[in-house]
Amino acid sequence: MMSQGLVTMSYIGASILFILSLSGLSNQETARRGNYYGMAGMAIAIFATIFSSIMNDYSTLSYEFLIGALVIGGFIGTRAALKVEMTQMPELVAAMHSLVGLAAMLVGYISFMDESASFTDAEKTIHEVEIYLGILIGAVTFSGSLIAFGKLCEKISGKPLLLPARHYLNLILLIAAFYLGYLFLNGETADERLLALGLMTVVALLFGIHMVMAIGGADMPVVVSMLNSYSGWAAAATGFMLSNDLLIITGALVGSSGAILSYIMCRAMNRHFLSVIAGGFGSAGGEAAAIEGDVQPIDVIETVQLLREAKNIMIIPGYGMAVAQAQHTVNEMTRFLISKGKKVRFGIHPVAGRMPGHMNVLLAEAKVPYDIVFEMDEINDDFENVDVSIVIGANDIVNPSALDDPNSPIAGMPVLECWKGQTTIVMKRSMASGYAGVGNPLFVLENTRMLFGDANVTLQAVLKELQN
Amino acid sequence: MKIGIPKEVRLGEKRVATTPEAAEKISKLGFEVLVETGAGTAADISDAAYQAAGVTIVPSATELWAQSDIVMKVRAPEWHPALNVNEVELLHAGCTLISFFWPAQNADLMATLAAKNINVLAMDSVPRLSRAQKLDALSSMANIAGYRAVIEAAQHFGRFFTGQITAAGKVPPAKVLVIGAGVAGLAAIGTAKSMGAIVRAFDTRPEVKEQIESMDAEFLMLDFKEEGAGTGGYAKTMSAEFIAAEMALFAQQAKEVDIIITTALIPGKPAPKLITTDMVASMKAGSVIVDLAAEQGGNCALTEKDEVVVRHHVTIIGYSNLPSRLANQSSQLYATNLRHLLTELCPEKNGIININMEDEVLRGATVIKEGKITWPPPPPTLSLNAKTATTTPEVVVKEQKKASPLAALMPFLLGGLALLGIGLTAPIAFMSHFIIFILACFVGYQVIWNVSPSLHTPLMSVTNAISGIIVVGALVELSATDETVIKIAGLAILIASINIAGGFLVTRRMLEMFRK
Repeated sequence: MMSQGLVTMSYIGASILFILSLSGLSNQETARRGNYYGMAGMAIAIFATIFSSIMNDYSTLSYEFLIGALVIGGFIGTRAALKVEMTQMPELVAAMHSLVGLAAMLVGYISFMDESASFTDAEKTIHEVEIYLGILIGAVTFSGSLIAFGKLCEKISGKPLLLPARHYLNLILLIAAFYLGYLFLNGETADERLLALGLMTVVALLFGIHMVMAIGGADMPVVVSMLNSYSGWAAAATGFMLSNDLLIITGALVGSSGAILSYIMCRAMNRHFLSVIAGGFGSAGGEAAAIEGDVQPIDVIETVQLLREAKNIMIIPGYGMAVAQAQHTVNEMTRFLISKGKKVRFGIHPVAGRMPGHMNVLLAEAKVPYDIVFEMDEINDDFENVDVSIVIGANDIVNPSALDDPNSPIAGMPVLECWKGQTTIVMKRSMASGYAGVGNPLFVLENTRMLFGDANVTLQAVLKELQN
Repeated sequence: MKIGIPKEVRLGEKRVATTPEAAEKISKLGFEVLVETGAGTAADISDAAYQAAGVTIVPSATELWAQSDIVMKVRAPEWHPALNVNEVELLHAGCTLISFFWPAQNADLMATLAAKNINVLAMDSVPRLSRAQKLDALSSMANIAGYRAVIEAAQHFGRFFTGQITAAGKVPPAKVLVIGAGVAGLAAIGTAKSMGAIVRAFDTRPEVKEQIESMDAEFLMLDFKEEGAGTGGYAKTMSAEFIAAEMALFAQQAKEVDIIITTALIPGKPAPKLITTDMVASMKAGSVIVDLAAEQGGNCALTEKDEVVVRHHVTIIGYSNLPSRLANQSSQLYATNLRHLLTELCPEKNGIININMEDEVLRGATVIKEGKITWPPPPPTLSLNAKTATTTPEVVVKEQKKASPLAALMPFLLGGLALLGIGLTAPIAFMSHFIIFILACFVGYQVIWNVSPSLHTPLMSVTNAISGIIVVGALVELSATDETVIKIAGLAILIASINIAGGFLVTRRMLEMFRK
């Protein structure tokens, strides 16, 4: 039906489409087209594989499973994609990472059990190493993502779990993985080797759990992108195992994408990747300077007066906006202010929210035009011209002590320098400190006013008052 | 405790120490507020407005002083012309007085009050800390004075401030020189600028250059190096050479500008004489000088305190109490300053004040505590500290280790060795896959760096979908003969197709939302 050459050509086509799909994301106009390229690539890959495998005789059972699995899986995926709230995107992404990990594990196991392929000595060893690594990475991705999912939907506490001697624990798990690998490669019988493989899977699952449990909520964007990277490497390892170049290419693309995202997130928090992975945020460093002074609370009416007088307004959203589901109210307020001839812009910190780009998606959902949404680097020099900055549910990303207090746990992290504007209005539920557990001297600055209360309720009141 | 606000007795003083808004908030701190009848009339605040805010109106000054535990005033106690008695006599023992006081100039008054075993907090002695800015009445009054100075100048100036081109000819804009860019100077700059004048400003402290330029005024540079900042953000006396250079600059400017507003003051000293008679004479006819330092003797040699005089065809305005000419506004700000001071004094909100001498702000403001003179306070050093604290970390952080050439080469060496190791042991089939893998990593690296940061979430979801490609692995295994293998492969296909469908669709949903 389909020769091996045609399959290979289809795979090349699919690879190119995947690369185009990712490069399409360089801006909003081409992104939609990019997504269709991705779909086309996936369709080509699946059909080519099915047709080439049919040549290798599928049994009736195979067909039943193929069609059943595609339909059920497709249905679940579609449902999830249509149902998910934009505020829950981080959870969905984490859940999907865990699925990739699980699938990689399963494929690793069946590849091990399926003895149809025959290899020479060196090839056999390499193949087995590939199976071993594929399952290992898959298992770490699976359990790590599950924990990340739990933390993101707050089923598990966001606080880092710091076991005593946790670095040693990791080391022991690593040694165990190596030792089991040795047993696996030199096992006499199939049962012995399966046992080694199973034990390794348990070790890898534990490692994934332990790794993510030790990471604090503020580092979630790094964790999510890191697991994204892992899911890619798991796919690439599977590709090696099956000698399938398409899997290798795709896995490498996804893996490097996640790695770059992790790097960008780490840089945005001025932290080393290793120190994030080692967990335990804010435990190192000297005593941070205590914050003295009084906050100056204001009410809705005073806020409205400030907004009426302002010409140039900057809105800085944080995770609190997502929690309060305030993005639609923010959009309405923005539109109203723009209609009154004011310049309204959004300043987005790279790690605002719980995953890379989280705030942009929320604002896009609320139909905020993306050309007034700016990245930190684009607008940080412009705060001197800003009359009023509104900080909605953000804390660490607007903390001046990151710049001027070398002892602060977030020292050196680039932040949105809203205090350089005329007035900053900080909307907060209460005076609690941010995820990093760091006090924020911004709140007691002379030109800062605190507007306490639920962001959505308060903003609705502000909007109503503005329209009067 | 009862807080009493008497009517000001100084002739021409229209301000009052509290407003209905402030009084309402003060009552929330647990205090009872009493106001002498008619106290707010000059500032356009009626007794009825006070009563509406829950204030008790007291019919006479004597009664008010007798009932109050705390007296809040604008002016320091002085001779009461109507009662024919000094206000000092009206203060009873144990009472607290809060007002402007000028302890340096009023040593006698301070001694008299100390003998009466009372507390005195001087609003003019509040230290200039960032925490104390909300109760810094000097700044809020200076702001008003600066604004009013421009208005007074406009009143006596015979031309427009702004330049215009009209059918009847061209009107040149007025040129305004502001000397001293403190709070009053900056307010004057802002007001004159907003009226369309060309504004120049001078100050002995070079660090205010930025503030002046931020208000779109021109900073007059003196080609002379000397630091003019004293402690607490105020100016100090300069050397003779500096003053000579400064005077030459003013003499030259006097010939050019139409309006001069002087605000130069040095704490505790008579105002420096900056505008000489010759300079006044050299100014164009119809020019105006507003001397905000008239109270301390004036910056201009010809200033007469509280008078408007015309000398050499130049109008010289020497009003000493400009804030009182904007009585409602200045009462509002002063009342708010006082309210903030009360908040500091009464952190428990129980209506009882506690003059905590450990607190730097309260310590600075307190002139007399329980009959003991506590003035002057230890010098405030924080403005200096704050400056060094902000500059030092930069120096520390920027110190970077120089990477040794060996360290830079290390990754390449290790990578090379690893590749060599793989090349020696791995079979050819593996190598071809490996090449593809490495190249794909590089392609990924190049492509992903171009992704717009606002699309990072769609990037993650689309990579989620793409990593569903693992389905291909499961599809291949589906052709196995072992039933268990087929079942597990089916499960893997199911899981992967959740990813594929979910990932692409949710990406599409998100991307549809991004609209211009």
